[in-house]
Amino acid sequence: MSNRFIPHTEEDIRVMLDRIGVQSVDDLYNDIPAEVIFKEDYDIPSAMSEMELRRHFSELGAKNRTLKVFAGGGVYDHYSPSVISHLLSRSEFYTAYTPYQPEISQGTLQYIFEYQSMISELTGMESTNASMYDGATAAAEVMFMMVASVRKKNRVLLSATLPENVLEVVRTYAGFHGVDLTLVPEKEGVTDLEAMKVELRAGDVAGVLLPCPNRYGIVEDFTGFADAVHEVKGMMAVYADPSALAVLRTPAEWGADVACGDGQTLGMPMQFGGPYLGFISCKSHMLRKMPGRVVGATTDASGKRCYVLTLQAREQHIRREKATSNICSNQSLMALYATIYLSLMGRKGLVEVNRLSADGAHYLHDKLVASGKFTPAFDKPFLKEFTLKTGLDVKAMNARLLEKGFMGPLDLGNGMVEFAVTENRTREEIDEFVNIILEA
Amino acid sequence: MSKVIEGLLYAESHEWVKIEGDIATIGISDYAQHALGNIVYVDMPEVGDEVTAGEDFGAVESVKAASDLISPVSGEVVEINEELEDAPEAINADAFANWIIKVKISDPSEAENLLDAAAYAKLCENE
Amino acid sequence: MKYYDKLIFELSRPGRRGYELPAGNYGTDALASLPGNLLREEAPELPEVSELDVVRHYTNLSNKNFGVDTGFYPLGSCTMKYNPKINEEVAAMPEFSALHPLQGEDTAQGALELYYNLQRALSNIAGLAEFTLNPYAGAHGELTGLMVMRQYHILRGDTKRTKVIVPDSAHGTNPASAMVAGLEVVEVKSKPNGSIDVEDLKPLLDDTVAGIMMTNPNTLGMFETEIVEIAKLVHDAGGLLYYDGANLNPMLGKVRPGDMGFDIMHINLHKTFSTPHGGGGPGSGPVGVAAHLVELLPAPRVVKDAEGRFHIEGKNDKSLGSVSSFLGNFGVMMKAYAYILSLGKENLKNVGPMATLNANYIKESLKDDYLLPIEGACKHEFVFDGLRDKSTGVTTLNVAKRLLDYGFHAPTIYFPLLFHESMMIEPTETESLETLDEFIEVMHKVAKEARENPDMVKNAPLTTPISHPDETTAAKKPILSYRQLKAEQ
Repeated sequence: MSNRFIPHTEEDIRVMLDRIGVQSVDDLYNDIPAEVIFKEDYDIPSAMSEMELRRHFSELGAKNRTLKVFAGGGVYDHYSPSVISHLLSRSEFYTAYTPYQPEISQGTLQYIFEYQSMISELTGMESTNASMYDGATAAAEVMFMMVASVRKKNRVLLSATLPENVLEVVRTYAGFHGVDLTLVPEKEGVTDLEAMKVELRAGDVAGVLLPCPNRYGIVEDFTGFADAVHEVKGMMAVYADPSALAVLRTPAEWGADVACGDGQTLGMPMQFGGPYLGFISCKSHMLRKMPGRVVGATTDASGKRCYVLTLQAREQHIRREKATSNICSNQSLMALYATIYLSLMGRKGLVEVNRLSADGAHYLHDKLVASGKFTPAFDKPFLKEFTLKTGLDVKAMNARLLEKGFMGPLDLGNGMVEFAVTENRTREEIDEFVNIILEA
Repeated sequence: MSKVIEGLLYAESHEWVKIEGDIATIGISDYAQHALGNIVYVDMPEVGDEVTAGEDFGAVESVKAASDLISPVSGEVVEINEELEDAPEAINADAFANWIIKVKISDPSEAENLLDAAAYAKLCENE
Repeated sequence: MKYYDKLIFELSRPGRRGYELPAGNYGTDALASLPGNLLREEAPELPEVSELDVVRHYTNLSNKNFGVDTGFYPLGSCTMKYNPKINEEVAAMPEFSALHPLQGEDTAQGALELYYNLQRALSNIAGLAEFTLNPYAGAHGELTGLMVMRQYHILRGDTKRTKVIVPDSAHGTNPASAMVAGLEVVEVKSKPNGSIDVEDLKPLLDDTVAGIMMTNPNTLGMFETEIVEIAKLVHDAGGLLYYDGANLNPMLGKVRPGDMGFDIMHINLHKTFSTPHGGGGPGSGPVGVAAHLVELLPAPRVVKDAEGRFHIEGKNDKSLGSVSSFLGNFGVMMKAYAYILSLGKENLKNVGPMATLNANYIKESLKDDYLLPIEGACKHEFVFDGLRDKSTGVTTLNVAKRLLDYGFHAPTIYFPLLFHESMMIEPTETESLETLDEFIEVMHKVAKEARENPDMVKNAPLTTPISHPDETTAAKKPILSYRQLKAEQ
């Protein structure tokens, strides 16, 4: 009966049954109606030794291809320093549960406090929660947060230039919960301020969600947005790339009340879609409406500085159906990931990552435009991601790139293609990439 | 044994009301503050908001509990106790001295549904 | 070991660095080309530290933590089983970790095969038709499952079904998930043993009911023996049954939720399938459904064609929409898949029985000192209502804190709300008889201390890195960042 993860010997089982006073383990299931007892074997493979398991994963892995990535769409191939995986593999971190017992969870509580501090620095906001599942679900929660903060208004405006995955998830949540959504159209690749003002004047607007950078990679100019939203007593939220906030004007500087986004850009492996983390930061006046766990600093009985989960009275385990959200976990280990990444990069390193990525992206952009085969889709500022128009056969181009080990641009349709470059790409790779594209 | 004051009206959800003319002053009872423990935050409406009898107008939070504030009467909020923003623990010190909101009553007949001190004391005893 | 309490910010020295980047040699200055008003005015105050500073700092923090690898973690309802090390290793393989979620199905056939196989394995283990692996956690699975429930009624034009029945003993997440999904919660009473009161349920089942949410075994670790009748009642009334998979572990090898009549369920991979809790996440909360609900599942989905190739399917016209950016927490799924293959069909079926055996062994060994409100065989966990001897004034909280001094994690305390002094203990199947005996011995010792020296127990813990923190001040005047902390000092 014993297995490497189940230690029970026949002798152990006998001793335990005797103590309990039953004849067999089956007796412990006597209360279950016989008709629902599962009597077959599971239809799964036979047990594998560690060697067999490793071989199996190698075989599966061989059916994947690791590519030199020149696309983004919300997930970017940033470099992960070696230190992070070493520290994350300390099992005191990863085999712990939620820090419900603060006396023996100060490690987790303190790194979450540091995480909150760092994200607040990036967004410019006063408060950040302990993290959400991903950027898109964080955006959906921000939609609820804005509706909850503004009495008797139930409409949220979404910029059409938000990333598609964010729009999809927010729409799903809104549809079931019952929030009215209105899409603010784009004009020349950016959110149309005049169209937004029309919607604001139409009334019932609790808040507005805007992207930074947007779905085309454009860094939008939000001059005048916050004033327009606040004039009708609405809230302004910005969905931002936290890495880019090392250099870009922050949501707080734009006058936003809330910021959210996806932490993947903070050096996290792409991992075929997750785990990453979502973040939410807000100004103090929104704090009590912010969902999720929050860690605060306090002192213990002897006056030592320490950290605890706080503001728990907002949460589902206390407020049940009146809670601000149903979330009852956070992406804790990924928050540690982001914290260690930001500690290593520091205030200068994160700027350098942005500089190197943006320099590479602009280099690629200029080479493609200079070839005459591509034109800018919009004449707007960008950092590491940009959209071009081309008359080339996009499918054929991407197939050619794939053959040489490159992930080509995302195909947005109508001859529009979106490229991304990170500090993980080199000038030589970019030159080769361009040559393959221009072979046609 | 928690304190109950004569002359006030009480709701079954543990709010007290003092009616003077068309103004109702509303707080939570000593029983309620005791049940919640150390109060850390009072979520209050804004002046000018409408409240409805039987519906919540805010919440009181302690470290590990939260309780909705249910309005015993309908009307318009004319004043909120701003001192509670910085010192919510005042309710623990004296729940009757530290009111939460004042409401201009729109339907005086609603007060007839509330309990007097004796009936409320009995309710607390049975909980 | 010396006490360490510095924040990473307090190690910072201007000019120190923990990174090196290559020179770009692009000959461009992209940042300078951006209009000035798009750039931030003030630099973020991130620390400037060396690589060793970072390594030592977080190693020191890890020493202030307690995990499953540190010691026994009998946290009820959380299934803190051992997290196999090989799982961590395979999940970090670059052949998987370097995959971009949009790189195309042709170049990710191995990842998709794993994903598809896990969907199939979970479907078989649950006795349901199909699974989506998109939800990121248990609560997220609940929300997704309830969206499936609502979508089912909406597509049938039965739009008045907006209520969901939830037992009063349920975890707070159930009603909260219902609220987010736009459903109204109706509570059904529990009997003294924590089971649903069928007589109380019957009058609730009208034509506004979308379904019921249940765990089985329930919050007290007791099997809902009337489940077959409950399923018939709910189905006859036009509702669906949702199974909260939080307590699935003792059912492995014994009962499948689908066979009990459940239509929808979520599984916590971080509980039943051994993926680490990570200090609170990331988890993964796959949702399974019966055959008539498969088309309603969220997009994207992974499917297999007749030639054995794997594909990522977008949204169909019945799907409820999307609940995740991409395919969910793939890295977590890899670990659960490795666990299922490691145990295989021969051992997976022993998980439930051995978890149940361990729980009953502790229960029977401690009921002389601790008050057992419900007799009879429990499943993976059980609840004590504090110490039997209430005269000492020693509470469940005191016992929990004293356990920390003895090197054990505390049980789940003050949940469920059915008892005043709830202490919920779940040992899991990965713990040996010797570990259980050590725990039992310490629990007896604490009971003895409570009789002989109650004040000492009330002051516990006495040996942890910090003593009891001031939670009232933390909630009253929240300090949530280093910047706020500095401003206070």
